[in-house]
Amino acid sequence: MKTLYAILVLCGAVALLPAFVSSGVVLNLVIMTLYATLLGQAWNILAGFGGQYSFGHAAFFGTGAYASAALQVHFGVNAWLCLPFAIVCGAAVGALVGALSFRYGLRGSYFALVTLAFAEVFRILANSVKFTGGGVGLLVPLKSSALDFQFQGKAGFLYVILALTLAGFLLSWWLKHSRYGAWLTAVRDNEDSAAALGVDAFRVKLQAIVISAGLMAAGGAFYVQYFQYIDPHLAYGPAVSVEALLGPIVGGLGTVFGPLLGAAALKLLGELTRNLMGDAPGVSLMIYGAVLIAMVTFLPRGIGGLFQRLAAKAP
Amino acid sequence: MLQARHVSISFGGLKAVDDASLAVPAGSITSLIGPNGAGKSTLFGILSGFLEPDAGSVSFLGQEVTGLAPHRICRLGMTRTFQLAQPFAGQTVRENIAVGSHLHRAQRKAALAHAESIALRVGLSGRLDRPARDLTIAGRKRLELARALATEPKLLLLDEVLAGLNPQEVSEMSPVIRSIRDGGVTVLMIEHVMQAVMNLSEHTWVLNNGQLIAEGKPADVTRDPRVIEAYLGRGAAERLRTSGNEAHA
Ligand SMILES: Nc1ncnc2c1ncn2[C@@H]1O[C@H](COP(=O)(O)OP(=O)(O)OP(=O)(O)O)[C@@H](O)[C@H]1O
Ligand SMILES: [Mg+2]
Repeated sequence: MKTLYAILVLCGAVALLPAFVSSGVVLNLVIMTLYATLLGQAWNILAGFGGQYSFGHAAFFGTGAYASAALQVHFGVNAWLCLPFAIVCGAAVGALVGALSFRYGLRGSYFALVTLAFAEVFRILANSVKFTGGGVGLLVPLKSSALDFQFQGKAGFLYVILALTLAGFLLSWWLKHSRYGAWLTAVRDNEDSAAALGVDAFRVKLQAIVISAGLMAAGGAFYVQYFQYIDPHLAYGPAVSVEALLGPIVGGLGTVFGPLLGAAALKLLGELTRNLMGDAPGVSLMIYGAVLIAMVTFLPRGIGGLFQRLAAKAP
Repeated sequence: MLQARHVSISFGGLKAVDDASLAVPAGSITSLIGPNGAGKSTLFGILSGFLEPDAGSVSFLGQEVTGLAPHRICRLGMTRTFQLAQPFAGQTVRENIAVGSHLHRAQRKAALAHAESIALRVGLSGRLDRPARDLTIAGRKRLELARALATEPKLLLLDEVLAGLNPQEVSEMSPVIRSIRDGGVTVLMIEHVMQAVMNLSEHTWVLNNGQLIAEGKPADVTRDPRVIEAYLGRGAAERLRTSGNEAHA
């Protein structure tokens, strides 16, 4: 219950932000942090709670992005209607990837490699098919109206991404307090034990990847509205997959607030290095890599785990 | 209640279980004994659906269950424990047990409450909020038992829940197992601790080199020359008898 209140208070506070802050730079930073949180939440459901480490969440992100963009560009469908469609498409790809890999019992690095391969295949397909605009990508027609999921200022986008992150928070909270969540973490910790206790591991993992992929696809659809443009590399490239997994690992795997903590810490770090070293290409990636190594070595349970340890030590 | 007919399984060239037939009557504590590597755990794997036999069939409560997935068999009412305790290490004892409780309870609250009552039955009440990884061997064995019990099975397959415990812990566990049976759960247990086998089980099966070589009351079975030879080597029964005669003379 405490966690639930914390989630609601936090989201309420962010919702009030546009009333006091008008700086586009600040609002953009908040939006991008929430956006990274959303991707992290999606990945965290499958990997943090379910123990299935995907290296190819871009497959779901890109599918959501292209599903939304293509419907708008080719058929003139309202962008709001494209959002649920994108989620369904992403979830369907998740079901496909999950059914194939979990049916054949792929775990650990094998599962990671298969997801990576799927994302790459999709990237190559998107590059060569007319429907996705090939390597040129798709430009979403400019409408600048809230009715079309495009907003004049940043505030509108902030509310949308906040709502999506709230959904991610509530999903994570539900995993901590439900039978399904108990089954999923049981499968993560020991699949044989879980099976002996009546848990259908295949089904549980499949459901997890569907939920995770759906949320990730929502992130893709949001991306398209915010930047009004998508191409194969942005959609299916490894950068998105890495962004999705970095936050939860840094913030705390399998926790409700881990993805937010991680996303915020990484955004802060990103801004700092940009201010210190300018926009030199590759620098941010090097920093991210170093942070990841440091985290895994010194804080295997992320920033959240550090807080917990400090709280436990405090009298 | 449980019946295995002519089940066999090989790993490469090794016949781990060879044409074994066994029955477990409802309401009993039946034991399965045999030397190391006899194939006892492998037979458990077949009974509980973790291994598919090359030949033979298993039926439970009159229903054919050969080749059924473990979770399906568990839902029918047969649950196993593992010889090497496999806790959900990062989770608390309460959360571990609740996974079993959830089989018949959708609500989190109800499952956690049920887990507490199960912990009481197996003597884990004091450690409900400890992470499972902090438990001693004896504690892990109790947890293994508790989780399985939480699924409310009709038949419980226990793979060496007493192994690695000191004599005092064994004497603490034995009444727990008996009370489980008295609560209406049939028990089939693999066990090396002979004293516990004698005390607890009404009927015992002996497996050697994958084959069931004897069955009967534990006291009778342990006097069976074939069983003595299986444990002590060829000719052992003969030697024991003659040395016994000499002692009498
Ligand atoms: N997955 C496997 N692959 C190959 N060989 C196996 C496998 N599982 C078991 N065996 C072999 O099958 C034989 C029977 O093993 P099993 O574990 O069933 O014996 P056990 O009677 O339970 O022995 P213990 O009392 O030591 O637990 C052993 O020789 C073992 O090495
Ligand atoms: Mg064994």
